[in-house]
Amino acid sequence: MINLKIDDKEISVPEGITILEAARQANIDIPTLCYLKEINQIGDCRMCIVEVEGRKGFATSCIQKVEEGMVVHTHTPAVMEARRMVLDLIISNHAKDCLTCTRNGNCELQALAIKFNVLNIEYEGERTKHKVDDKSPAIVRDFNKCVLCRRCVGACKNIQNIGAIDCINRGFESCVSTAGDNSLADVDCTYCGQCIEACPTGALHEQDDTAKVWRKLKDPDVYTIVQTAPAVRVALGEEFGMPIGENTVGKMVTALKKLGFDKVFDTNTGADFTIMEEANEFVDRISNGGVLPMITSCCPAWVRFAEKNYPEQLAHLSSCKSPHQMFGAVIKSYYAKKFNIEASKIYTVSVMPCIAKKYECTREEMEQDGLRDVDAVITTRELARMIKQGNIEYTSLEDSIFDDPMGEASGAAAIFGTTGGVMEAALRTAADTIEGKNLGQFEYTKVRGSAGIKRASVNISGKEIRVVVASGLRNARKIMNEIKNGKADYDFVEIMACPGGCVMGGGQPIKNSKTRSIVDVRKLRAEALYTIDERSVIRKSHENPTIKTIYKEFFENPGSETAHKYLHTKYKKQEKYNI
Amino acid sequence: MGKTIEDIDNIRKEKRKELDLRVNINSDSIEKHILVCQGTGCTSSKSPEILENFRRLIEEKNIENVRVIKTGCFGLCSKGPIVIIRPEDTFYSMVKPEDCEEIINTHILGGKIVERLLCKELNGAVVNRLDELPFYKKQMRIALKNCGVINPEDIDEYIAFDGFKALEKVITTMSQDEVIEEISKSGLRGRGGAGFPTGKKWSFVKAENSEQKYVICNADEGDPGAFMDRSILEGDPHSVIEAMAIAGYAIGASKGFIYVRAEYPIAVKRLQIAIEQEREYGLLGKNIFGTDFSFEVEIKLGAGAFVCGEETALIESIEGKRGQPRVKPPYPAKYGLWYKPTLINNVETYANITRIILNGADWYSSIGTETSKGTKVFALGGNVNNVGLVEVPMGTTLREIIYDIGGGIPNGREFKAAQTGGPSGGCIPKEHLDTKIDYESLAQIGSMMGSGGLIVMDDTKCMVNIAKFYLDFTVSESCGKCTPCRIGTKRMLEILERMCDGNGTEEDLYKLEKLAFNIKRSAICGLGQTAPNPVISTMKYFREEYRQHVTAYECKSMECKALAKIKIDEEKCRGCDICKKVCPVGAITGEPGKVHTIDQSKCIKCRSCMQKCPFKAIGC
Amino acid sequence: MEENTKNINCAEEKIKKEINEILEKYTQTKDNLITILNEVQVKYGYIPKVAQIEISNYLNIALAEIYGVITFYSRFTLVPKGKYNVSVCLGTACFVKGSREILERAKAKLGIEEGQTTQDGKFSLDTTRCVGACGLAPVFTINDEVYGKATVKKIDEVLDMYMAKE
Repeated sequence: MINLKIDDKEISVPEGITILEAARQANIDIPTLCYLKEINQIGDCRMCIVEVEGRKGFATSCIQKVEEGMVVHTHTPAVMEARRMVLDLIISNHAKDCLTCTRNGNCELQALAIKFNVLNIEYEGERTKHKVDDKSPAIVRDFNKCVLCRRCVGACKNIQNIGAIDCINRGFESCVSTAGDNSLADVDCTYCGQCIEACPTGALHEQDDTAKVWRKLKDPDVYTIVQTAPAVRVALGEEFGMPIGENTVGKMVTALKKLGFDKVFDTNTGADFTIMEEANEFVDRISNGGVLPMITSCCPAWVRFAEKNYPEQLAHLSSCKSPHQMFGAVIKSYYAKKFNIEASKIYTVSVMPCIAKKYECTREEMEQDGLRDVDAVITTRELARMIKQGNIEYTSLEDSIFDDPMGEASGAAAIFGTTGGVMEAALRTAADTIEGKNLGQFEYTKVRGSAGIKRASVNISGKEIRVVVASGLRNARKIMNEIKNGKADYDFVEIMACPGGCVMGGGQPIKNSKTRSIVDVRKLRAEALYTIDERSVIRKSHENPTIKTIYKEFFENPGSETAHKYLHTKYKKQEKYNI
Repeated sequence: MGKTIEDIDNIRKEKRKELDLRVNINSDSIEKHILVCQGTGCTSSKSPEILENFRRLIEEKNIENVRVIKTGCFGLCSKGPIVIIRPEDTFYSMVKPEDCEEIINTHILGGKIVERLLCKELNGAVVNRLDELPFYKKQMRIALKNCGVINPEDIDEYIAFDGFKALEKVITTMSQDEVIEEISKSGLRGRGGAGFPTGKKWSFVKAENSEQKYVICNADEGDPGAFMDRSILEGDPHSVIEAMAIAGYAIGASKGFIYVRAEYPIAVKRLQIAIEQEREYGLLGKNIFGTDFSFEVEIKLGAGAFVCGEETALIESIEGKRGQPRVKPPYPAKYGLWYKPTLINNVETYANITRIILNGADWYSSIGTETSKGTKVFALGGNVNNVGLVEVPMGTTLREIIYDIGGGIPNGREFKAAQTGGPSGGCIPKEHLDTKIDYESLAQIGSMMGSGGLIVMDDTKCMVNIAKFYLDFTVSESCGKCTPCRIGTKRMLEILERMCDGNGTEEDLYKLEKLAFNIKRSAICGLGQTAPNPVISTMKYFREEYRQHVTAYECKSMECKALAKIKIDEEKCRGCDICKKVCPVGAITGEPGKVHTIDQSKCIKCRSCMQKCPFKAIGC
Repeated sequence: MEENTKNINCAEEKIKKEINEILEKYTQTKDNLITILNEVQVKYGYIPKVAQIEISNYLNIALAEIYGVITFYSRFTLVPKGKYNVSVCLGTACFVKGSREILERAKAKLGIEEGQTTQDGKFSLDTTRCVGACGLAPVFTINDEVYGKATVKKIDEVLDMYMAKE
């Protein structure tokens, strides 16, 4: 332990932690801006400077480690004046259109301005001007709001190991951009959206599709059907001040109905289709000498990553569409027919924790019979904004349940929203399929938890099935290199682009730096999903009665010709750069 | 096979005899050596052609016992290209390629000095010999000892003048601690700017426990107007590499890097040649002098970023990244290149090492002041008669450098300020001309030693404009990493621009000062922390000038065109009409014989009228 | 049009081949990036896009990072310089001797700002911070030729001379 004094408080903290962490342990707040725990610790914004006795100049509290006998002052007049100047300078080069910003009310720069009582800008001057990059269907980059904290670069380069964005130019002209200052749409960006989650301001945000959805909701000739992904329900409440990881599925369904959707369905049902098809495909590959290992394909950022970086390995990807695309296709085919709704009048909206889904639904192969599987994707954040726009008091809503007959889903589908969940759900069904009977085995705990790569071995019918679960694209790359180099000794791989899986997706409520450093957001949200699973009556996809009915009435069996038509897709090599 | 200690010794003895004429005016050598400066300055004015001409002429005329030698910088760059004939030490200045023939015919063959090419003093006196020039009289050459004496591309010439003797002494007779102790005792401090005690730095890196350590030579000399390090590398590259090996031995490193600007092609080439020659002789590589000590050196090129002179930015750059400084501590001594303990010294610091080892710490520490030992090399430039490279003992005054060595201010102008430390330093006014130069005294008067740029400014210079010039430099060289430097220096520049354009206010003075103060304390690296210095020092010593810019909207020196007001003194004007005629824009009116006036809205401040007025009636 | 595309592709293939010859000399470690870029810059007078991509693949460094490095160091350029690159020294020694006026004159005469190239590709204009010829201040350079003790008149004459050249 290290003994030191911060603002006259004697404290004892573990060796190796920073002054900032020590101060927070002692309940002393030091403002930060560029700091994002484990993602970006470079000390460049200078908000967290403190005075250390006996040291010339200020210390950078987010980087510098505690030392025995250190005496730290966090709020001397000199420190306060310097911080105020730093903030003034940052704001002087910032587009101050807060009222029309997606991050209005949830902006770390705004919060600092309030904290420092910034009533005027002392050093107004030239501002760096950049054109907004809104070419991609998923992400908008507005450098005019960038504070150059580089948290996004940390997320993209250090965490995801993509490096689609980096700091370019020098000095006052420095900015975060892509190779050649091109659009994200034309470079190696996968649309995972981790940069958005890292951004303290509105410089990076999703393409807002709420206006598009509102238009359809107001159109009496359009039949709007919404579906919501598993991870949305355990995070949406956060946008209304509710605890992190609280499952507000009942309120969410009520809100969606109040917004005017004609039907509110659960993407989990779609996930059950995915498991039916994917487990079947896996069993088929195992039994008939197909390409192994097979890799899941639910995650569109991962798919885009694979198409851009591993075009030779695409045969490893399961041909299954992702759950919401499958479900969209089912709605516009089976459901429309069964309930006698003109399919062309149906407008399907998916509420997703993800921004890559916005891109996925625009992929040309995602349609059948001339109808798009999914017409619009909005994120958890956009849904929250729509609820606010709709004057709905979310926290005081009554609960309601998903619409019949497509609302029912298994617990297996619920855990799709977290790393390891798809694998676990697939194993439940695959095991039963191989054995030809109900095994009563539900939980495969080895694939749970926060590790970036989890390796496990499962014995099914006397056969060792070796599985790997990877989350985060850095880990995906490791696995893909193993496969590419012939070093893969496993059969089935689950990959999710976002570290932790969809609960930490790029469309989820954004948590500020301080929250992220003291709360394990992933764990809370994931636990909520496992709780849903545990409390579910049906915990295996193939036991879901809705699924059973639809296969009986429409698809016949998994992997059938009809199933392939609506539920499967193809991949093709994408140029890494179109520049 | 590498050479043994004896081999090197033999080369030294033989070569030294052969080169005696280079340093001994009374040498009985039958040879004559024509030394032609091939430093960047002289090279820019055709010295390679001069070298070629001499060689050609000697061959054509079949002249025996005369050799043409390329050397590094002699120092007096403004008199370049320079040619020196040894042993008689005749100093020819401003030589043109077509002068070679005359020198050969008259001097070499005819034995008579070519008077017209000799250097003339300000008072008209002709100087025959290099060491008689006042420019050299107060100098003391330690770091530059070999510059201009040896051919930097011939390792044997370096060996002749005690080359590798220090390395031999260190690795065969001294322990690591003894070497560090010697350096510490000498009082040598880092010549790169801040002046950290070199021995202490070495001991920090030595103390780190690591299999892999690195030695780096910082040759990313970026101060605009400073060329000390380049001249050393061009004139005496081996002395730097030898010192790096000594440092490697002392701290326990077997690998060194020289980070040098790609804009210094001559220095890079000479370093490459030097490294190759040393490898060939086994003075770099495995088991040097047959001992356990191995050392290798690699050159890394910079690519035009001033900030890379900052040690952590330099490390990032060697690693192949943008040169953005790291937050310190931890210092490179602990986590340096690839996060291994790393020693970084600059070129001039290394250039002192071998002399300290050979002559002893006591000798070295007897030179200089209480806190700053040895000598310092300055690149003297600007409004001074003798522009060039000077090396003086610490404690020499600015007045001695500018007037005795530099020959004073040209064109009969007055001294206004001297700038040391480049963009990190400050402007020193007249009242501090007698300051004895050392690290502490310069810091005390608001400047810093810096790497050694010393720019003299005469009274036609506007100090607000000078501050603007430096800020402009900092803004374009800021790496952009930290807020205070990225945006803060830009805002300072904007304020200065306002002032120079006549849009400044008194409040701007206060704002500028406040910004300067806070940037200094909150920026990450040395570049940002010192960026406000030119503003702070000029505001301190020339505040009235700033005030004139924002209250009277006047720039007395007329450098700020928007503020300059050229006026006709009614008392002195005789109405001769000359000014009216020379004015290119017709801004001057007045009837012959009567007082003339200037229409300020038309005046373009070309000063033609000022220069032409026979009665000195026009001024500002 | 088609012919054009074909030519571009041919040129790109050629550069690609040459770049790979350069790359072969270096180990695939990141610290070689700046050295390689220096070599490419010298060879082509700028860093072509295809070179950036080849280097990215070879050293396994993200293209955006390479672009970040190129745009950080002033020696590297993304567009080819003019046939005659005029560079005015703005080092302090030159500045106090009036190099700013030389620059202004060059700008006016060439009709371009610093960092730009004339439309015919003949001239580009740059500033530099010390070419090391402080004894000759103020100084400007055209390609490798150094012109010292410059005056407005001198740059006029020199530029006229180059303008008359091919």
